[in-house]
Amino acid sequence: MAGKTLTRMDLSEAVFREVGLSRNESAQLVERVLEMMSDALVEGEQVKISSFGTFSVRSKSARVGRNPKTGEEVPISPRRVLTFRPSHLMKDRVAAGNKA
Amino acid sequence: MIRSELIQKLADENPHLYQRDVERIVNAIFEEIIEAMANGNRVELRGFGAFSVKKRDARVGRNPRTGESVEVEEKHVPFFKAGKLLRDRLNGQDA
Repeated sequence: MAGKTLTRMDLSEAVFREVGLSRNESAQLVERVLEMMSDALVEGEQVKISSFGTFSVRSKSARVGRNPKTGEEVPISPRRVLTFRPSHLMKDRVAAGNKA
Repeated sequence: MIRSELIQKLADENPHLYQRDVERIVNAIFEEIIEAMANGNRVELRGFGAFSVKKRDARVGRNPRTGESVEVEEKHVPFFKAGKLLRDRLNGQDA
């Protein structure tokens, strides 16, 4: 397993290779895609990208937590959490690509 | 929001680009992420989140219908963790 970390730069590079745009414009488009997805999620919308996966926002109610070190009880406020469910295609490709 | 809405929105904002190219751009982004994970790499998108691959050890599973034991091979699964900025925004702490 290679174990590299890719960043926005690599995604921009992929866009740059795919379409004949400048590197700068490619980077801006990547940024906009991430922003549009984030904005939809913040609005409470589900983001469903076919053959990639689904991002959804779940609401969690308040509960009493405990500091595992001190045993002290602390209130945990209600919050919204983001979950990602990968598509079958993504799961299959990740499983196949990493097979020992 | 679904893939086609994302493409449409991006196309509306970029009237100088062909719709077909916007489609290729959006597809290239998601394809690059899947390809990276298929190669055992991680994709870290600051503010948004990180995609990584987690290893699930081999185990002895059970067929829930028959109760029969089955060997489940070791496998790798995709994983996503939301970034701090997005988590904060979801909870009303706009940065």
